[in-house]
Amino acid sequence: MTLPAKALYMLQVDNLQRLLIGPVNFKIPDGSCLALTGPSGAGKSVLLRAIVDLDPNQGKAHTQTVSREKVPAPQWRKHVGLLPAESGWWANEVRSHFRTPEKTRARLPDVLMPVAAMDWEVSRLSTGERHRLALLRALENTPEVLMLDEPTSMLDQKTESAVEDLLRHEIGQGLSLLLVTHDAGQPERLADRLMWLENGRLSEVPIGTQVPA
Amino acid sequence: MTGYITLNYWDLVIASVFLLLNGAVSLGLHLGLERKLAIAAVRMVIQLVLVGLLLKTLFALASPWITLLVALFMLLFAGREAWARQENRLRGWWGYGIGTSAMAFAGTTVILVALLILVRPSPWWSPRYALPLFGMILGNTMTGISLALDSLHRSILREQRAIEAQLLLGASKWQAARPFLHTALRSGFMPLINSMAATGVVSLPGMMTGQILSGVDPTEAVKYQILVMLLLGGSTGMGVLLATLASFLRLTDERHRLRPERLDRPKETA
Repeated sequence: MTLPAKALYMLQVDNLQRLLIGPVNFKIPDGSCLALTGPSGAGKSVLLRAIVDLDPNQGKAHTQTVSREKVPAPQWRKHVGLLPAESGWWANEVRSHFRTPEKTRARLPDVLMPVAAMDWEVSRLSTGERHRLALLRALENTPEVLMLDEPTSMLDQKTESAVEDLLRHEIGQGLSLLLVTHDAGQPERLADRLMWLENGRLSEVPIGTQVPA
Repeated sequence: MTGYITLNYWDLVIASVFLLLNGAVSLGLHLGLERKLAIAAVRMVIQLVLVGLLLKTLFALASPWITLLVALFMLLFAGREAWARQENRLRGWWGYGIGTSAMAFAGTTVILVALLILVRPSPWWSPRYALPLFGMILGNTMTGISLALDSLHRSILREQRAIEAQLLLGASKWQAARPFLHTALRSGFMPLINSMAATGVVSLPGMMTGQILSGVDPTEAVKYQILVMLLLGGSTGMGVLLATLASFLRLTDERHRLRPERLDRPKETA
């Protein structure tokens, strides 16, 4: 909850509006994690898509180095990444989806996958494996901010804590996270602050607030 | 022309015996096709008789304006047909407009080149040449465009997640959709390529056969057929390319987003 006074804001979102959501304002300090929760259907995923400009929306957003309205959308999305709840794959082989497959191969054990997985076919992967690979793929761009939509919902406990360790390591390296989660324990383990989205409005709540089932 | 053998109406009645035999087979084997067969046959006869009368009148009138009007009607009808053949169409006037405009541009360019530079009938707009040529050009361009757009729209709906995964990693819309644009263009070109490849070996094109039957020297008929094939290639290529690019631009925007909600089937991600 306590923010260092010298905090630099890594992501700042001003008056963002999309469909019934917003206007929404928030800031994520450099190298910190903001968790976002709220009832199902409140539009958490819609908000994330709007921030990366994947759907039409109004409002402004900027990171420390770029302002969304001043750069082409592809460039903005390299600074602010989004890992959607369901990953997308466009080629047959796993390695074709990576910019630097050999470098990323070394990180596979971090998410409890064998290094050989880089040479597999996508069709062979389970949903959970796809999701972990998609996380590594999103990190390849070394974004300033990464937004994760329920990153561990389809993982078992052991894999979940491996992924959380990886995320904690990335936060330590200066990555800022915006984490959408339904798991009440995850904000306690990872986040500095917790926001609640309901009826299109965003409010800060104490970490540990339970999500109604 | 060395003249041709005219048919009298009894010849047609006798030829219809084969169709009646088909109907009998259908009745005997309970295929349930006899009704459809009869309706299709009657439609075919009525439509062809009408078009024969229409063409005869048009040739007799020899008016450039009426010829243009008929060409316009053919274009609008082809546009509707190209629209109707797609499963997921662009909403609103875009759905009709993109295919029809692409056909109008490609078809007009090619027919003008054909009439003014290549065939050069006198007068150049003579309906005897302009209308059948325009019809063939439109028909093929229409097939190409409807196949290409159908493929593009289908893959944008079906592969939305794969395309957006690339957009999210910072790919441009062109990079993210390249394979689907390729597939769409390929399916638009395929019928033409296939028909060119099979021509003369597997099938004798109808136009050439018609000319030969009406007494034209086969080598002359072949020259006409090659010309027509090349014209069809030009118009189909141009039309397919224009329609596919225009439709892709409509389905994306300047912020490199996918806009599948602009297709007929509403799709909103929550």
